Amino acid sequence: MSQAILEKVEKTALKENPPQFDIGDTVDVHLRILEGNKERIQVFSGTVIGRSGSGSKEMFIVRRIVAGEGVERKFPVHSPRIEKVEVKRSAVVRRAKLYFLRQRVGKAVRLKERRRS
Amino acid sequence: MTQIYLEDGTVAPVTVVQAGPCNVLQIRSMERDGYEAVQLGFEDKPRRLASRAERGQVAKLDSKRAKAQAAAGVELVEKADCEPQRFIKEFRGASDLAVGNQVTVDVFEGVTRVDVTGTSKGRGFAGVMKRHNFSGQRASHGVKKVHRHAGGTGCSASPSRVFKGRRMAGQYGNVQVTTRNLELVKAIAEDNLLLIRGSVPGPNGGLISIRQTNKVG
Repeated sequence: MSQAILEKVEKTALKENPPQFDIGDTVDVHLRILEGNKERIQVFSGTVIGRSGSGSKEMFIVRRIVAGEGVERKFPVHSPRIEKVEVKRSAVVRRAKLYFLRQRVGKAVRLKERRRS
Repeated sequence: MTQIYLEDGTVAPVTVVQAGPCNVLQIRSMERDGYEAVQLGFEDKPRRLASRAERGQVAKLDSKRAKAQAAAGVELVEKADCEPQRFIKEFRGASDLAVGNQVTVDVFEGVTRVDVTGTSKGRGFAGVMKRHNFSGQRASHGVKKVHRHAGGTGCSASPSRVFKGRRMAGQYGNVQVTTRNLELVKAIAEDNLLLIRGSVPGPNGGLISIRQTNKVG
């Protein structure tokens, strides 16, 4: 009963068309950034290394290498501040969390590309 | 608890409260009862589970006594004429409600801050660390079997006693708690739901009462 009520409330917070992507995808996350009173779009691109949570609490982690340093950002899937998530490239991965990429540097970070038919 | 997104894109952690519809069962008045209050009932209870007294509280029941009273011309109190209610609570103060009315979340229109009263989660007989946030003692350096103890409780030969009010282990929780000045994020009229920012006292599914905050400023 109480679970049903929660789901009903959460449904109002969900996006109608949540962004579609898989673990290991290289994505461009388009963020709405408010500067003063002007809005602009900032793009964060990297590899999706994990998804967590469910419903309105669902988050995903994007990792990229900036100037030789690993940078990770965690985004809410259903946030209205996320304009869109563009999939640039998909990869063959065998696990749900790609935390092993954190130990890797240089060429070893690359994932094998998955060709979609 | 869950979370929703606000218009400006920020996220709000909210507790979802089923707040009604509540039936007005009785109106306490100065003349008859000596105080002003409204008695509200929440959630229907199956008639087979309700006692005769509970059924009689919400609707007129047929009985020999009722017939005798009617014959003698005694006017019986008004009844709400609804299903037996699972939870019944009185709220003090005068209002313009009448018996049989329904109270919904519409009464919170324009209200931004609320006070929530409930029974906190019972933690049983709890030690001082859980109950009073004491630090306990060290894990090593000679501490023996007293890692979660309180340490000293007072002085020595003078005064030879522990002062009253010394915080010690004991029953923790399962008391009435009021959390004041909580933000009312949203009211959903069709389902009678209130979304309150943050947490409220008590377990999931517990009964709470909500009123507009009396906190100033």
